[in-house]
Amino acid sequence: MSGERVGRVRFMDQQRVNLDGFAHVDVELGLVAVSSPYDPTPSLEVLEGRVVAMDGRRVEDFDSLDTLIATHGIDLSVASEAMGLEDVVFARLFVDPAVSRDEVVRLVAGTTPAKLARVVTLLRPAELMLAMTKLRARRTPSNQAHVTNRLDDPLLLAADAATAAAFGFREIETTVPVLADAPSNAVAVTVGAAVASAGILVQCSVEEAMELEMGMRGLVSYAETVSLYGTESVFIDGDDTPYSKAILAAAYASRGVKMRVSSGAGAEVLMGGAERCSMIYLESRCVSLARAMGVQGVQNGGIDGASVAGSVPGGVRELMAENVMVMARNLEACTGNDALMSESDVRRTSRTLPILLAGSDYVCSGFGTIQRYDNMFGPSQWNAEDIDDWLAMQRDWGVDGGLRTASPEDIARLRREAAEACRDIYRWLGLADFSDEQVELAVDAAGSKDLDDPDPMVVIGAANTIRGSGLGSLDVARALQECGYDDAAARVLDMLAARVHGDHLQTAAIFDDSMNVLSLITDPNDYAGPGTGYEPSPERQAEIDAIRQARGVEDLRADQAQWITRAFEAVGEAELGSDPREVVIGVSPGVGRSVWRTLSGLPVVEVLRELLAGLEEEGCKARVVRVNGTIDLGLVGLTAARLSGSGIGIGLQGKGTALIHRRDLPPLANLELYSMAPVITPSLYRLLGSNAGRHAKGATPVPARNPYTDEAIEARYHTSVIALVALERACVDRGLGNEHLKVTL
Amino acid sequence: MTKAFSGRDASELTPDRMSTDELGPDDVRIHPDTLRSQAAISARHANPQLAANFARAAELALLSEAEVLALYEALRPHRATADELAALADRLDAVPASLCAQLVREAAEVYARRGLLA
Repeated sequence: MSGERVGRVRFMDQQRVNLDGFAHVDVELGLVAVSSPYDPTPSLEVLEGRVVAMDGRRVEDFDSLDTLIATHGIDLSVASEAMGLEDVVFARLFVDPAVSRDEVVRLVAGTTPAKLARVVTLLRPAELMLAMTKLRARRTPSNQAHVTNRLDDPLLLAADAATAAAFGFREIETTVPVLADAPSNAVAVTVGAAVASAGILVQCSVEEAMELEMGMRGLVSYAETVSLYGTESVFIDGDDTPYSKAILAAAYASRGVKMRVSSGAGAEVLMGGAERCSMIYLESRCVSLARAMGVQGVQNGGIDGASVAGSVPGGVRELMAENVMVMARNLEACTGNDALMSESDVRRTSRTLPILLAGSDYVCSGFGTIQRYDNMFGPSQWNAEDIDDWLAMQRDWGVDGGLRTASPEDIARLRREAAEACRDIYRWLGLADFSDEQVELAVDAAGSKDLDDPDPMVVIGAANTIRGSGLGSLDVARALQECGYDDAAARVLDMLAARVHGDHLQTAAIFDDSMNVLSLITDPNDYAGPGTGYEPSPERQAEIDAIRQARGVEDLRADQAQWITRAFEAVGEAELGSDPREVVIGVSPGVGRSVWRTLSGLPVVEVLRELLAGLEEEGCKARVVRVNGTIDLGLVGLTAARLSGSGIGIGLQGKGTALIHRRDLPPLANLELYSMAPVITPSLYRLLGSNAGRHAKGATPVPARNPYTDEAIEARYHTSVIALVALERACVDRGLGNEHLKVTL
Repeated sequence: MTKAFSGRDASELTPDRMSTDELGPDDVRIHPDTLRSQAAISARHANPQLAANFARAAELALLSEAEVLALYEALRPHRATADELAALADRLDAVPASLCAQLVREAAEVYARRGLLA
């Protein structure tokens, strides 16, 4: 028996968090979040306007990352001031609301990678939140969606893109399980997004050269997966250099295509090239590189390496610190929360919540708006399963996480229009023919498993035609126009026109649904403490608060009214009973007036039927009396007991709570109590009736037990209880006294 | 008054003109001057690196898609020799794309030191 775990531990072992991988710190592998003994000491040596040493390396030993950073990425006019600031003094500047974002940005521009890493490492979680609130570039937070499916089915992609746009996402990222399908995915998502909203940015994440090609042809409006790595060896393994990526960045801009780079802790560890440095230091090199290259923004926060960070102590904290480094370097921050970093709903929520609360340029760098199994990036931190959760969390905290409620009617309508538009233009452009049935399936599909096994060659064929014919978004817009989708056509054209203007190329730019650009230039974050910074407009706040599940008293009144019966008739004032076998059932004022159905779903008439049957089984007589002066269950029951010949009474509220009372007990006491109205069954009510009868005959029956439940009864029912209590209170009328009710079963 | 690469004014990018097939790919392509304006905006907002990126982009805007893709390829690891990169830089200077040429020369120097040439 020794070595065998006790039941308590075996039970804990079964919990989902124990599927996660947790690792001891191992500096040799770079499995350490924020401090390795091999991280360089911050240093900067400048000679005649040139950097000759940085973070412990001399210029002749600089690798390609160091060279680019040292040549382009450090503001030498502030460098000595910034590098001379004590780390903890610097950290306070991040957090202190009275220090402006501009001031922090100014100083951080003069820091080396090792210096910035040291400073953010000092920030505790609450301080990271304050820093993020202040330091993000754009005032208005936003969010990014994944829209993919296992089959690269265009109709489903279009419907899901429209759905994502309906929920408020302003960027949509797609990718492909089959590389050759990429251009078709780009077209389908563009169409779906345009059906639902103007101004949605669309990207298709594939190999660098192919993605650039699609960008240049206007098939995508932005690119994100231009990856950076924190060591040269891993960079080279990724078949790029900092310089090739810098030219790539300029290439996108040369065609008016927005782009950001991607980096994140853990990548170097996964590729065995972390060179014994900490995750935060390597990520700081990436962020400095992004600054040096002159891109406008960074997607980081672990990304594919998030669970590597999550495996070590302080790893989740490091992920948030990465985002703060990006913001401090005046870059747009697309803050992780994409790759699923835990099997536990609790851990994955904890990883995201501080960032949702602080706000970011894009709270998720990929909220999987499709179901987990259709997410071709792998399941996201957040997927279709979680959309209502996200909406509820926004409402719970009163924060803007970028989403809004889309009504079921709007979702249905937009999905249909998107699938039809996609079908129509694929036909018009000679890409593929889809049937009406396929459209119907895509509209109603909750995921690709609900489709009818479409032919994969159809998609590859469509994609090859797009690539071979040089088809671009202008052709897509034209096709939409020809097929009668004028709004969608105009929106696709507007996104192309945006490339000509180039305003969305500035830092942290999104389009609102009127094609206004919100960016660092036009919508700068001006947070400076309580009462300042971003506040949702009244319309936006109403949107956040109005989730579709919310109910009011009038909703409940209407629900209850569906159960009206003519079973109750008041036949005069209730008199004192004299038969020693009589039990009176007292009911609350709302019974027979406004409350017809209990919280368990039973009609009140049925509850009375069971109580009366139980009493009859014991050979007792029964009378039903409505106690109009109070809603309190104890007083209702006591009033009934005092009216009854036996001195025993049953109290019953319209919502279903019940008890057995006796004439000589204090009002709040009882002989038996059923308090969990939602879970009381007909047989339990019958048992209550029988037990009341036994009490009336002088016996002491075994008390009924409230049924056990581990449901969150309060969370499910409290709002209904409040509404039912309101309905009952409205019926209280002392003047009416106690009415004898005739009940027709 | 923003012009597209074709010279057409951006305000002319309307559904009507699209419906008569008047609009072509260069009408929805950014003009180098626009990129230089965006560079000036970035510089005014304390972002000299983004401005430099836009300035390089303005140079690349004149190159064909194939030329841009070839430039990117040439800078990837072990693609080009020192001579090929030097020649590439000279060709860029001639466009003129001198900022891009400078970046290529910088890359060539560091690639030589780090063993990243072909």
